[in-house]
Amino acid sequence: MPMKLEAVNDFVIKFANVNGSGSASANTLFAKAIMRMGVPVSPRNIFPSNIQGLPTWYEVRVSEAGWLGRRGGADLMVAMNPQTWEKDVVEIEPGGYLFYDSTKPLHTDKFRSDVTVLAMPLTEICNATYSDPRQRQLFKNIIYVGALAALLDMDIAEVEKLVAEQYKGKEKLLEPNLKALHLGRDYALAHLPCPLGITVKRSDKVGDKVFLEGNSATALGAVYGGATVCAWYPITPSSSVAEAFARHCRKFRTDAATGKNNFAIVQAEDELASIGMVIGAAWNGARAFTCTSGPGVSLMTEFIGLAYFAEIPSVIVNVQRAGPSTGMPTRTQQADILSCAYASHGDTRHVLLFPADPKEAFEMTADALDLADRLQTPVFVMTDLDIGMNERLCDPLEWDDSRTYDRGKVLTHDDLESGKRFGRYLDVDDDGITYRTYPGTHPKRGSFFTRGTSRDRYARYTEEGSAYVDNMQRLLRKFETAKQYVPAPVLHESPTPARHGVIYYGSTACAMEEALADLELEGVPLDALRVRAFPFQDSVIDFAKAYDHVFVVEQNRDGQLRTLLINEGVLDPAQISSIAHYDGTPITARFIRSEIEERLAAFNVRPLRRSAAAGER
Amino acid sequence: MTYLAKPKLHHPDLPANSLGFTRRDYEGTISTLCAGCGHDSISAAIVQACWELAIEPHRVAKLSGIGCSSKTPTYFLDKSHGFNSVHGRMPSVLTGANLANRHLIYLGVSGDGDSASIGLGQFAHSMRRGVNMTYIVENNGVYGLTKGQFSATADRGSKSKRGAVNSEEGIDLVCLALQLGATYVARSFSGDKAQLVPLIKGALSHHGAAFIDVISPCVAFNNHEGSTRSYDYVRHHNEAVNALDVITVHREITTAYEPGTLQEVRQHDGSVIRLRKLDGDYDSSSRISAMSHVQTRYAKGEIVTGLLYIEPDAEDLHASLGTVDRPLNELGEPELCPGSAALAKFNASLR
Repeated sequence: MPMKLEAVNDFVIKFANVNGSGSASANTLFAKAIMRMGVPVSPRNIFPSNIQGLPTWYEVRVSEAGWLGRRGGADLMVAMNPQTWEKDVVEIEPGGYLFYDSTKPLHTDKFRSDVTVLAMPLTEICNATYSDPRQRQLFKNIIYVGALAALLDMDIAEVEKLVAEQYKGKEKLLEPNLKALHLGRDYALAHLPCPLGITVKRSDKVGDKVFLEGNSATALGAVYGGATVCAWYPITPSSSVAEAFARHCRKFRTDAATGKNNFAIVQAEDELASIGMVIGAAWNGARAFTCTSGPGVSLMTEFIGLAYFAEIPSVIVNVQRAGPSTGMPTRTQQADILSCAYASHGDTRHVLLFPADPKEAFEMTADALDLADRLQTPVFVMTDLDIGMNERLCDPLEWDDSRTYDRGKVLTHDDLESGKRFGRYLDVDDDGITYRTYPGTHPKRGSFFTRGTSRDRYARYTEEGSAYVDNMQRLLRKFETAKQYVPAPVLHESPTPARHGVIYYGSTACAMEEALADLELEGVPLDALRVRAFPFQDSVIDFAKAYDHVFVVEQNRDGQLRTLLINEGVLDPAQISSIAHYDGTPITARFIRSEIEERLAAFNVRPLRRSAAAGER
Repeated sequence: MTYLAKPKLHHPDLPANSLGFTRRDYEGTISTLCAGCGHDSISAAIVQACWELAIEPHRVAKLSGIGCSSKTPTYFLDKSHGFNSVHGRMPSVLTGANLANRHLIYLGVSGDGDSASIGLGQFAHSMRRGVNMTYIVENNGVYGLTKGQFSATADRGSKSKRGAVNSEEGIDLVCLALQLGATYVARSFSGDKAQLVPLIKGALSHHGAAFIDVISPCVAFNNHEGSTRSYDYVRHHNEAVNALDVITVHREITTAYEPGTLQEVRQHDGSVIRLRKLDGDYDSSSRISAMSHVQTRYAKGEIVTGLLYIEPDAEDLHASLGTVDRPLNELGEPELCPGSAALAKFNASLR
């Protein structure tokens, strides 16, 4: 008998399925039931760019301690896909469990000796119970959820309650689902070693936390932030932002009296048109956004340069995926940092926000609409597939009802009427931000011509070098001003004095926080700074300079945030190294920990001498 | 200075329209286009049309792409907000602007390179969406600013100034607009102000996607023997299908016309377009026969001008999106933000 893993509320289950087999809702049901038992849970979809047939995985991390990042490895593998059998079996932790459909028995050499095998003839049970081929397929998933509930000693009442909620009003579907659930549970109780060494025990660690997808949160942020125009073009993993925006708008933004819409959503013909519409709408005083991913940003860059130079507010939600080119469309990365920070030809710099979870995605999308109006410039909300397309546990969303929209420097009819001097690009307040008017404001004053070509302070076309330089310098001043408006970084100071620092951002946060805690326990103190925006506030650059060595943990090959820090903060490259994870899966605490430990060990063997390191560059 | 302001001298006796504006109030800076450029005549026609319609200049938003034609919005309506966007992408910017405030008048000005080559996609989609706008293409079949390359509207077989023969088929934007669902489609000639001004007036009064293709000879690069966009060629091959007159809602509408010779079209805003048929069999209410007519005559080497198609009760993009009547850019927190109580409910649904 193999050694068996034992853990309560601290393990990883992975479901290996076939895309299109209807497993997604069953797997979500499973994860949500654990959350309902008060145990923090963190599920992740790992899926192919395909509709049907290719392998797909759903990984559920159960963590009483509340760690929401990927841990790595799987303690229990639900191996429902023969195609990926070899790979899935290898991934199981020693002493772990392998659940599989034993309708067609497998040869013993297909199994590992250090893993407990849980065999259940799922297909046989389905075929005996259901005659409809689709039902045979779909209920297989519910049956294994029932079996897992028994194996993990879960409260079946929570699962039943969730099924009842899901099929409320569709009673015809409710009964067969409950029946399937019990089929699985009864079989497991009768034939499998229930409970396993890993179990779920009711706890109280979820509190009032909510469980939602980042893209839905982003879309709600756009609703709360007052976006009225959304122009978009379908692209994974951002499409569900627009789809959720439409859903939220239908709920929250329909005029009660007329039934008409306080919003306009256009599925544009391409990304060029979608950003064009955003720019047109924002020029005309509406709050507008688009959502896209890396390839879409590539197409939008010409227009983004126009928005920067002509100073038009625009919000671009970039749900990043693995590039370059089409890269891995359904895999996650943080690889558009540089292409967004400096998007378009010529000298440009754009504001970037880095939300770490759905709650921040909600907040920063709303903030981005304020920032864009305040700064009259493009603002990128840099989420990624990991945040966007997975349900995450996070603190409840909050909104301060006293908050008003910051429309920035807009002159009204009365302002113009009172004789205020208006020059579209006059830096009246010496902060680089100039005053604008919306079209149609005043019959005689306030009109101006917007263009992507050089102009003077009164918006008149000119190719005078001095006017161009004056304008470009003001844009720099404006970028400097932006620092005071963007979200501040978050500092995690080690309880013990640290020689080294870590900088991280966005979706890396959950794995990073776990890695920091583990390292601290192991006697490796590190101070850490979570960067939340570009331009970098002075505190970010000060942090980067304050330590012997600073690691920048990120999910791209080239250490893009590191490059941006070195470039913008004029930092010594030898003093900053990159810890890069970029295979398309979300970074794990294990990876971060082992990388940092390895680097620090190397520092101890060969003390880092500045001169030597400089020579290595 | 790289712009030229107009001297502010006003003739004291310039006639004023019903709002008290003179034509000068609809002008812009001095054109920097070549002397004799057809585009300047179009700018003059826009000025005339806006003045005659007594449009408040500041209620117009004028947008363009890049190129000679797209420079022209600087030369008219200087009390309007203007937007010179990127090459070929004016339609999306205009669409977005229109979404933000449905109550302004949108005038898009583009060229044949801008709309038929780099911007063909955006042109097509703005037509099919029914954006409420007047979309004018100043069509000279040539790239002027880059000095004489053929554009996609140049006819196959036409000659460049250097004598090269265009081997590629020309795109007929009128036929495209008709096929894509534009609800007001016209073609005219920059040298025919009598025809062009009422066409622009009709388009500005139209509620929906109005498209006017204006053949506008390029004096520098496309006004020679062998060009099918030269002044002489268009004059000799022009076949006008109707003459029109627009009576705005502001004026008293009279009914004195002889049945059979006039076709009256009442538009969404109450204005009336009176069409006098020059060709007895031309029917401007049929999209299909308009396409057929244009193409049949094109095969004979003729350029059909006039109001080719009109759907007076067209619906625009806002109707299909079901947006509120109030401009979206005027909505504030009460209409837009659901507030913390709704958020608490939303949170509760996520547990």
